[in-house]
Amino acid sequence: MAKTAGKKSVTRTGKASAKAPRRARQSAAKAAPPASQRVDFFKLVPKPRFVGKPVKRKEDVRLITGAGHYVDDLRLADMLHVEILRSPHAHARIVSMEVEEARKASGVVGVFAYKEISSLCGDVPLAHPGIPDLKVPHHPVLADGEVNFVGEPAAAVVAESRYAARDAVDLIRVEYEPLPAVVDPEKALAPDAPKVHKELADNLSFSWEVKGGDLDEAFKKADRIIQQRVRSQRLIPCALETRGVIAQYLTGEEQLTVWTSTQIPHILRTQLSGMLKLPESKVRVVAPEVGGGFGSKLNVYAEEGLLSALARLVAPRPVKWIETRRENMAATTHGRDQIGELSIAACADGTVLGVKHDCIADIGAYHQLFTAIIPTLTGLMLAGSYRFPAARTTLKGVFTNKMPTDAYRGAGRPEATFIIERIMDLVAAEFNLDPVEVRRKNFARKFPFSTPTGLAYDTGDYEKALNQALKLADYQGRRARQAKARDEGRLVGIGLSTYVEICSMGPSKGMAAGGWESATVRVSPTGSVEVLTGTCAHGQGQETVFAQITADVLGIEMDQVKVQRGDTGNVPWGVGTFGSRATAVGGTAVFEAARRVLEKMKKVAAAALGASAAQAARVQIKNGKFWAGKKSLSFAEVAFQAHRGLVIPEGETPGLEATYFFEPGNFTFPFGAHICQVEVDRDTGEVSIQGYWAVDDCGKPMNPLLIDGQVHGGIAQGLGQALYEEAVYDESGQLLTGTLMDYAVPKATHMPWLHCERTETPTDVNPLGVKGVGEAGTIGSTPAIVNAVIDALRPLGIKHLDMPLRPEKVWRAIKKAAAAP
Amino acid sequence: MPMPRSTPSLSKKLAISVTVNGGEVRREVEPRLLLLHFLRDELGLTGTHCGCETSICGACTVFLDGRAVKSCTLLAAQADRRQITTIEGLAAPAHQPGSSGKLHPVQEGFWECHGLQCGFCTPGMIISAAQLLERAPNPSEEEIRRGLEGNLCRCTGYQHIVEAVRYAARKLGGG
Repeated sequence: MAKTAGKKSVTRTGKASAKAPRRARQSAAKAAPPASQRVDFFKLVPKPRFVGKPVKRKEDVRLITGAGHYVDDLRLADMLHVEILRSPHAHARIVSMEVEEARKASGVVGVFAYKEISSLCGDVPLAHPGIPDLKVPHHPVLADGEVNFVGEPAAAVVAESRYAARDAVDLIRVEYEPLPAVVDPEKALAPDAPKVHKELADNLSFSWEVKGGDLDEAFKKADRIIQQRVRSQRLIPCALETRGVIAQYLTGEEQLTVWTSTQIPHILRTQLSGMLKLPESKVRVVAPEVGGGFGSKLNVYAEEGLLSALARLVAPRPVKWIETRRENMAATTHGRDQIGELSIAACADGTVLGVKHDCIADIGAYHQLFTAIIPTLTGLMLAGSYRFPAARTTLKGVFTNKMPTDAYRGAGRPEATFIIERIMDLVAAEFNLDPVEVRRKNFARKFPFSTPTGLAYDTGDYEKALNQALKLADYQGRRARQAKARDEGRLVGIGLSTYVEICSMGPSKGMAAGGWESATVRVSPTGSVEVLTGTCAHGQGQETVFAQITADVLGIEMDQVKVQRGDTGNVPWGVGTFGSRATAVGGTAVFEAARRVLEKMKKVAAAALGASAAQAARVQIKNGKFWAGKKSLSFAEVAFQAHRGLVIPEGETPGLEATYFFEPGNFTFPFGAHICQVEVDRDTGEVSIQGYWAVDDCGKPMNPLLIDGQVHGGIAQGLGQALYEEAVYDESGQLLTGTLMDYAVPKATHMPWLHCERTETPTDVNPLGVKGVGEAGTIGSTPAIVNAVIDALRPLGIKHLDMPLRPEKVWRAIKKAAAAP
Repeated sequence: MPMPRSTPSLSKKLAISVTVNGGEVRREVEPRLLLLHFLRDELGLTGTHCGCETSICGACTVFLDGRAVKSCTLLAAQADRRQITTIEGLAAPAHQPGSSGKLHPVQEGFWECHGLQCGFCTPGMIISAAQLLERAPNPSEEEIRRGLEGNLCRCTGYQHIVEAVRYAARKLGGG
């Protein structure tokens, strides 16, 4: 996640990156450059056989036959099972805990609470967000005398079977003294509010501000100041696979291995080493098949530390914990949960001059890895795709007795996009303008574009994507038909959003930790190719995309390439898969490593073929062979020669592998235009989606089939936020949406047919020209759908409703509007 | 996990005999053992997944006597003397016309049309889709969406799944 870096460092980063690639491209065109110089993928491989094509996925056969292995599918010899006792209270003191009966139960190996674990495992860590006044409470892996949200781990049972462990959990007797809970973040800021953490002065965890431009001037010049309060509700990520951990400590080897469903095995390894006070060299983390993440597995969780500690206590027997869905919804991380008070300075022609945004982020009871960083991204992205000169976000991060919030698909940007895209529609409604024209009036048009929040957008053509979307949706015709429908009394609405997002995280300067990604490309003596990537796919299809890139660079077939990820014992270094970074940053590392292997193979081929210096400088790959003059060697023969060690070219060493760390010079900024048409049922308040059209621009497409998949899935999650999903706590802090029976994840029947197209505006930040697409659909869709619903309700005088727009809320708004004079 | 509590009267094991993917298996099981756990933990058929324990998500869907059921809310004992097909047994050559023997046409459709991303819902989704096509060989988009309402997917937005089912319908000769 991007750090809340001061705007200066981000701006500098952006400018530097925007210039360097152009210089590099010019020199690359002149002659075969040394590997240290930048070469663009499409210069090296002008006619790729795989990249850019809708290639079927390499990972699918194991997954469609049920042969893949997620954490719960792994079973080790002598494995023990862990179940966790969790707090039923939002806030309570643990007066006593009686565990003897549980300890004596059949099959139970041990029962563990804070005092047994605390010497083995420290607090749950967080990434440093660079916020000076940040208050971080004690966050143990098992509650230390006090629980602060429903679902907080209080004790763990280790037993011979999962059923035995679960039975024994019910035999633990805990006496709790309930304490006053605070659930509403605004009430939590009141001076007399109950405190979530008694050791802190109040519930304000941090405050932060980002601003740029002359706000006073903007608000003085405005024809009108528009005020609006907007809320991005609390959401549950709901990856279909819940979390799960297996840990084993081998005392003799002094080796801890942790198998866990994570997006960031390498970061987790580093952090576990700190929590457990074990040298990192003795910790191995393995992410097997991961069944979805959406940010909920971009973390370092109490259970990962706890299971590691338990593994040491019962060594060498492995321990396994598989999260239930109820635990997943109550005790992982939630997403969003921001309240924004907006002031918009606007002119009568639709020009926006400035935006003030005072934001309260409900962060829940603790800091998880990126809890504080996520809402700062909202502030950074507040400018959206527009060029208004002045903006300010003030942010208050507030503790409540709820589960912590953290990354959820989009992570800070859906909130920003929702705000700015609602603003465009509010301005249009205020001055009775077409929302399309208001957007055109305000678009940023010159790139690199500097925002008042300190970012430098790489490339973009927002109007092109908008125009294509308007055409795809037949916007003019649709507006005409809408007017007719309105005359008939029907509530038909059309909404759009022209989003921009921040991706390929990111330059290390703009991140809480390293923002690079690493890859190793390794060719064996028999010519089989391994790609080791530090990214950690959990559905994105990087095994396929990275094989496409490698096969094209090396002139081989995709099935000759095996992509390995997720095992820190195998992949030397990595950061992980999040922030739409895997292809843009990790894919570039793969490309650069493959390119270096290719260079060496050309030299080995020339040496093995006894080529002249002139021939050696012009070794070509044709039909899978390396040609020097009229003589050739197959790919496998070159690989063998590199390992045989008899014809090693001057200045080279035996072996055939290259590792590359790619450090991007800037973030990338994908964009697009989404249009949605809805009809609202006046009698029931139900929203039905009548059409959805999306034009997205994620730079150069590596695999259009997978891009469509990312966009579709993203839109489904954005639609879920707009219409259905909300994590609801009652006043006492009980989670009311604790199962999939109560929390409305969209089903197949909830989704309209999505008409998707693309524009292609390559980035110059990386040599692939890729921007990233993992979160685009989620970011673009929510405001398009909400804008459509509000547009449908506009004849009734309704200007804004908070999400989710479920029938009851819409129905009540219709009734209220009808009753108004 | 909402597992039924063990009581002395229920702790006596039951002998069951189940035909799983064409082969007969006999086991002694606790009466409270869920069918899902029987398949996964007793038989090692881990292609059937647990996503919610409340029969909402459908990741645990298997065929029981030819009908798609959610194995997280059935007891293993309820499968006694009955036939079960899991994702691992779906492509058995005799099971479906048009099957290549390696992949069932629905599995092929999911591969061809990018009907999966993380793959966790996929085995259950494929079983439900296979059931749908047995009942409606040439389903409309709406029928496909309705037929898959008992299966949640958080990754795909369902559109490629709809296309995968259409592909399978064509392959099976219905579409």
